[in-house]
Amino acid sequence: MSMEEGQSGPGWRLHVDPTRCIGSGICAGTAPRHFGLVDGLSRPLAERVSPAQAVLDAADSCPMEAILVSEADSRRRIAPEP
Amino acid sequence: MTDTSEATIQRYPFGDPDRLNLDPRYARLRRDEPLIRVRLPYGEPAWLATRHADVRTVLGDARFSRAAAVGRDEPRNTARQIQGGILSMDPPDHTRLRRLVARAFTARRVEELRPRTRQIADELVDNLLAAGPPADLVEHVATPLPIRVICDLLGVPVTDQDRFHTWSEAIVSTTSLSPERIQQYIDNLFAYMGELIARRRDEPTDDLIGAMVRARDADDRLSEEEVVQLAAGLLAAGHETTVTQIPNFAYVLLQHPDEWARLRADRTLVPRAVEELMRFVPLGATAAFARYAKEDVEIGGVLVRAGEPVVVSIPSANRDETVFADADRLDLGREVNPHLGFGHGVHHCVGAQLARMELQVVLDTLLDRTPGLRLAVPEPELVWKSGLLVRGLTAMPVAW
Repeated sequence: MSMEEGQSGPGWRLHVDPTRCIGSGICAGTAPRHFGLVDGLSRPLAERVSPAQAVLDAADSCPMEAILVSEADSRRRIAPEP
Repeated sequence: MTDTSEATIQRYPFGDPDRLNLDPRYARLRRDEPLIRVRLPYGEPAWLATRHADVRTVLGDARFSRAAAVGRDEPRNTARQIQGGILSMDPPDHTRLRRLVARAFTARRVEELRPRTRQIADELVDNLLAAGPPADLVEHVATPLPIRVICDLLGVPVTDQDRFHTWSEAIVSTTSLSPERIQQYIDNLFAYMGELIARRRDEPTDDLIGAMVRARDADDRLSEEEVVQLAAGLLAAGHETTVTQIPNFAYVLLQHPDEWARLRADRTLVPRAVEELMRFVPLGATAAFARYAKEDVEIGGVLVRAGEPVVVSIPSANRDETVFADADRLDLGREVNPHLGFGHGVHHCVGAQLARMELQVVLDTLLDRTPGLRLAVPEPELVWKSGLLVRGLTAMPVAW
């Protein structure tokens, strides 16, 4: 894994679009420390997180592109890949 | 109720599948005994989960592992263990491979394929109409459509389809093929894909196999064998399942003429109808791909010990009356439908959005072109496949 949990930096912001999420459970399985299912739909366990590869994996694995990872300060999109 | 003595272990599957009917004992199990001990034809005994919540936990919770099955006498339907590949991996290894292809199967990318898929569907229905009535929906539409779509997407020559369609049966076969034949077909499929990938290296392409080759060459964490297995798996899985579901959907609709009429009258229901049919059709004829508990986990009131395997019944979960109102009724307008027809968790079907789109297009095309669709033979004369992981028709003679 190229990025370790708890790495310092400006931090990332996680958002799950509830209108897109289909509750596939892919993100909660890929990044169980960052996403969980509530009433069948995914929610970030915390909105601001330290950079972590698992979060990028989850965003890039979502078939609905419902997960947005951005820089917490600038809101620049980090994942998913376009 | 955690008696695990041999006497309480039931054979699984409970019996030969009867068309698309779900064994009534699942309803009793969900109510009274949501986790039972079962023994599949081969391998060690396992727990069987039948409730929606428990099935979702087993498939989605990171405390359950597919990688832990490697080296175990895995509960299974064939004498030989088929392990290795993406279905025997957990994150992050699984993710490394899944990311390679997941971006090609997002809802957005799949939507771009819809017009071309409709064009293919129209051509195939032209062939159906020219051949009958009666004519076989399996031969003329259900089989060629998903094959042409996945070939386009992967970049596999559709002219080779007779070869790899034959070989693909190996990945869903339990007893329909001999163990030697299953191995031979899987070897053929891998060898075919290996050659194609080697050619793509010399002549780069924009299709998914071309992209996988470029990713492999740029990332030394991916082995050549992994890429070949993944591409072969996509090709085989990419049509065995949808090929089977198209006639299953048509069969269920023709057995529910009121719902078919409702769909004809309100075409906006097509996307919901596809979800409801995914829920209602018990595609799986048995269980496979056991998950192993990595630690003690309580599910369904039972303590599953670390190291014990659990298999799930998705068809049972999809009829769970605590989740789906009037669960045994087909309701094409069902609004809340968290079915598990594509699985759940990290191994959730990577082609789910593609399958949804194809199934929607097929229903739309049949509604447009053959609104009077009906069986051309009495229902009891239909022949169902056997010895496979999935239930489906060998042929479906229809008129219109």
